[in-house]
Amino acid sequence: MALMKASSLNLRDKFGDWWDGANPAQRTIFRIVLIGIFYALPMLNNPIIDTPETSFSSVLFYPLVMFSLMAVGLNVVVGKSGILDLGYVAFFAIGAYTHAVMSIHTPLNFWEILPFAMGFAMLAGLILGLPALRLRGDYLAIITLGFGEIVRIVAVNTEAIGGSAGLTDIPGPDSIFGVEFTVMDPRPYYWLTLTLLLVVIWGVMRLSQRKPGRAWEAIREDEDVAEFMGVATLKYKLWAFIIGGAVGGLAGAIYASQIRSIQPELFTLNLSIMILACVVFGGMGNIWGVILGAVILGYAPEKLRFLSDYRIIFFGLLMVVMMNIRPNGLLPRKKREHFQEKNK
Amino acid sequence: MDFSILISNFWSLGLDGLVVGAIYALISLGYTLVYGVLRLINFAHSEIFMIGTMAVYLVVLQFGFTGYEDPLPLIKFIGIFLLFATVAGIVSGGSAVLLEIVAYRRLRNMGASRLSSLISAIGASFFLVEVFRKISDSKNLDFPRLINKDPFFTAGTLYLSADKVLVLVGATIIFLILNRIINHTKLGMGIRAVSQDERTAILMGVNVNRIISYTFLLGGVLAGVGSAFYMVFYETTKANVGFLVGISAFTAAVLGGIGNVRGALVGSFALGLIQQYTSAVLGYNWRDVVTFVILVLVLLIKPTGLFGEALQKARV
Repeated sequence: MALMKASSLNLRDKFGDWWDGANPAQRTIFRIVLIGIFYALPMLNNPIIDTPETSFSSVLFYPLVMFSLMAVGLNVVVGKSGILDLGYVAFFAIGAYTHAVMSIHTPLNFWEILPFAMGFAMLAGLILGLPALRLRGDYLAIITLGFGEIVRIVAVNTEAIGGSAGLTDIPGPDSIFGVEFTVMDPRPYYWLTLTLLLVVIWGVMRLSQRKPGRAWEAIREDEDVAEFMGVATLKYKLWAFIIGGAVGGLAGAIYASQIRSIQPELFTLNLSIMILACVVFGGMGNIWGVILGAVILGYAPEKLRFLSDYRIIFFGLLMVVMMNIRPNGLLPRKKREHFQEKNK
Repeated sequence: MDFSILISNFWSLGLDGLVVGAIYALISLGYTLVYGVLRLINFAHSEIFMIGTMAVYLVVLQFGFTGYEDPLPLIKFIGIFLLFATVAGIVSGGSAVLLEIVAYRRLRNMGASRLSSLISAIGASFFLVEVFRKISDSKNLDFPRLINKDPFFTAGTLYLSADKVLVLVGATIIFLILNRIINHTKLGMGIRAVSQDERTAILMGVNVNRIISYTFLLGGVLAGVGSAFYMVFYETTKANVGFLVGISAFTAAVLGGIGNVRGALVGSFALGLIQQYTSAVLGYNWRDVVTFVILVLVLLIKPTGLFGEALQKARV
């Protein structure tokens, strides 16, 4: 175990050193090549990475890039600010239902609805967060756990949004830049989600390097001290919660537009737990870690079909094991320099 | 809103509320006791309860009941029920101790953060639910009717039936025993000492790890006995039965003031009554939404509950 820890840390540091030493042109080239590879992934037809039963490009869309997007959103809440949100699926559901209801009942198209989907998810985050974020972490965890389930129960019991049968015939996005979104082809959805994921990553990284990021880190390390030192803890926790919610809503809207029919049963707690497992497994607080976690945990059950029936068992076990032997995940977050003298 | 059902069934709903409350109380005591010693909500406690219902189901299968027999005579039923409660208590208690060792102990000894323990417990909880979902093939496991549930006593809208009396009497006996254990035994003194001040307890020679194990055992046994009552009253279980029962029991513990044994009892009965009466008005489907709203409101308005939290506002 110690060996594993040491070797992966070295790899990470080596890359970090190279990155720190690289000039802007090298960095830009690296970024472009990497992003280019990701955009080209659905074009690959490689039996080694292909998945049985479902086409690789649909696996790329769901779960890989979808899990990554949600994990990046949840990471702002759990990883960066240390708020345990066990009901993340609620925001995903709100986004999905917003798209479904508005695209059926209003003349607006997908692109016009997206801000609403994110807005309603943010509003839900505000309504839940304002009372709940004043509470201690474990109360908050159980409240969010309840919230995730309550959103589903409300959806089941509300006939206006389809009750337990859900909504069908949801329109997909209109074509954009000549890319058509059809039921048959998941690739445009993959590209769309990947693009939005990159935007979200960029936004989250900018925030992390600035005042909110420092505030989140202070709250995560010690909330009482942070508050004492003048950090407006409630405000920044609320922002983390709302930003996480917005990303969840975004993911939900894209998901609903792709699968074209949604039922409350798609939005069970298991999804919250899977995303949380991605964050925990990859490395709480490190954006690349959580994406790695999402990719591994999304891909493994698709590739190894015997795993897929047991995926929640496996994910649950993984969370216990990770917490016990490697609580910081596969790729732990890099401590900021001003934290480095404080060991641990 | 339709209040006619509420008015015409006022007393029988009240009785049901007390019965449900007694079952919640047995489970919420586990949350409260563990909270007392660890200052942590044991997220997997609902699964300890679920394992108890599964154990009861397995025991009843051994008897080969089909559910169409004549009801058992009362004495024989009580004998069988004691067997259920014993087996479920042992299985749930054992699982709770095991859970503590696997999911909590190492983290506690490492001095890991609260977040790590919560994640570990939630992982354990989902692991257990899914294992039982696989074993039970996602089915509802129906329990045979063993006892005559027709009312033997009627007064106005109050109908007393044997199962409800059994739950109320049985739970009262358990509470008296628990009270005795907490207040008059060495183990109880240890639990109270660790709850009040863990460090001083260590200095006074209390083996904290052992006390914590015993606390999990006690909470698990109570949840196991609660699951035996639950099976007789509701006559069905499934792999995720623990979730909603757990949220209700937890709400009850918070309502009474978590970490406070008396609070858990009062909170459970209060919540049972509230659930029955609001379901009669709003419909059964909204019961869990009501529970959740109560939880949020209590935490918002008076987070220490009716009787006060053991250690207020400590935000470690």
